[in-house]
Amino acid sequence: MKQRSLLLRKIKNHLLTAFSVSAIFFAVAIMLWVIWTVICHGKDALTPSLLVNCSAPYGSMAYGIGNAILGTMLITLGAAIIAIPPALLAGIFLAEYTEFPRLAGAISFAANVLMGMPSILVGLFVYTIIVVPTGKFSGFAGSVALAILMFPVIMRTTENMLSMVPNTLRESALALGMTRMRATLYIVCRSAKNGLLTGILLALSRVSGETAPLLFTAMFADSFPTSYFTQPTASLPILITEYATNSPFEVMHQIGWSAALVVMLLVLMTNISTRIFFREKKYGN
Amino acid sequence: MEIKIQTKKLNFFYGDHQALFENDLIIPTNQITAVIGPSGCGKSTHLRVYNRIFELYRDQRAEGEVLIDGKNILEPDVDVLELRRKVGMIFQKPTPFPMSVFDNTAYPLRLHYKLDKKKIAERVEQSLRGASLWDEVKDKLHSSGLALSGGQQQRLCIARAIAAEPEILLMDEPTSAIDPVATLKIEELMDTLRERFTIVIVTHNMQQAARISDQTVFFYEGRIVEYGETKQIFTNPANKQTEEYITGRFS
Repeated sequence: MKQRSLLLRKIKNHLLTAFSVSAIFFAVAIMLWVIWTVICHGKDALTPSLLVNCSAPYGSMAYGIGNAILGTMLITLGAAIIAIPPALLAGIFLAEYTEFPRLAGAISFAANVLMGMPSILVGLFVYTIIVVPTGKFSGFAGSVALAILMFPVIMRTTENMLSMVPNTLRESALALGMTRMRATLYIVCRSAKNGLLTGILLALSRVSGETAPLLFTAMFADSFPTSYFTQPTASLPILITEYATNSPFEVMHQIGWSAALVVMLLVLMTNISTRIFFREKKYGN
Repeated sequence: MEIKIQTKKLNFFYGDHQALFENDLIIPTNQITAVIGPSGCGKSTHLRVYNRIFELYRDQRAEGEVLIDGKNILEPDVDVLELRRKVGMIFQKPTPFPMSVFDNTAYPLRLHYKLDKKKIAERVEQSLRGASLWDEVKDKLHSSGLALSGGQQQRLCIARAIAAEPEILLMDEPTSAIDPVATLKIEELMDTLRERFTIVIVTHNMQQAARISDQTVFFYEGRIVEYGETKQIFTNPANKQTEEYITGRFS
């Protein structure tokens, strides 16, 4: 038998390894570049007073993004409260209650469609079901729009993470005489805890920069949010869009960059602090 | 001899596929019964009927009778939560819960019994001692159960199972994922457990069956070919298939 060239096989191996390593460097480099750009442009205008002051109409000499920061926090927190519990339960249903394969298939399909839906359509949808009937733009409407975007992401990651838990763990929980729900919530979910958390954070980070769905729902206001359900509410993404694209004033462009930096820091901080808070207790001897 | 478990014409199906055929078997109280046979012959399937754990899967179904203390546990009015408290199970791979050694052992106690903290701590110690694990873990009760070695994890699972005060322990190849030294420890442990529990163990290891069991059951293609006193099965089997399997002529 003629042997294949060993050299060729080794070269192929090295080539592919080199490619995948450089791909990682490429991805990380882009990420760092984005972060760097935002920091460079945003750092100058970022002052303590900018963070706490309220934004003002064009042409006024007062500047601030405090209301937008607060608004973004409110809207995102509201979205999280609306979306997380049902999304987790739906994910649990898909992964654990496998005796309804047809229903589960239909739900998965619907979730995939929802995930592929352009976010501006979700904004329009919430506009027609909440803003039009009540006659009011509101932070709540914004939260609903973001919650709709979060829901399928959390549901699918929950399903995937729970499916990765080995069946023997379920069986050993049930074999001790636990009910199905207890075994699922206290044993299966607990062992997939970090994965579930990752899904939630991913969804939160994803929507906290969303602009389109807020345009028709939360809108914008040059004032601090005083009523979550009845008033237009400022948010950082809309402030960025507004200041960066519509304004002719250089100082507003600067503030737009600072707002972008703040969004980035908020997402990073949420991610890091949640991970620290939920970190697996370090068991040691 | 007291009868703990008796199966009568037990058939089992995975969907349309029949895996067990007319299994008739008697398992005596406070003895170790070893179930042997080639892979895929239905040993584990048979064992999994005793605590109705197979019901987790929709397409699996058992027919016939399984009498535990004279009561057919396949009847729909049997409470499976109570059944499973009474019939504990140990799996092939150790399955500690993602929590501390103490909480792992205390879980079934808190689940089934109303006990104060002091009583729970006592029972946890008893169970860990019962599983010959206490001396190794008494200083790290609050470290994760997942941090123990494989053999220790398996003994933790045994401690957890006996904490619920079951009457029967089902063991599905409990030592096949564990090194020989740890296996020996578990075998020694089983010898002490037989005083308190009726043990049914599925094993691929024929020496293990010969070493530890009082009674041996030989399965082949979903049927019980032969069962009886271990000594007799290993020295003087009545059936030719049994003899061939035991002497290693087929597997």
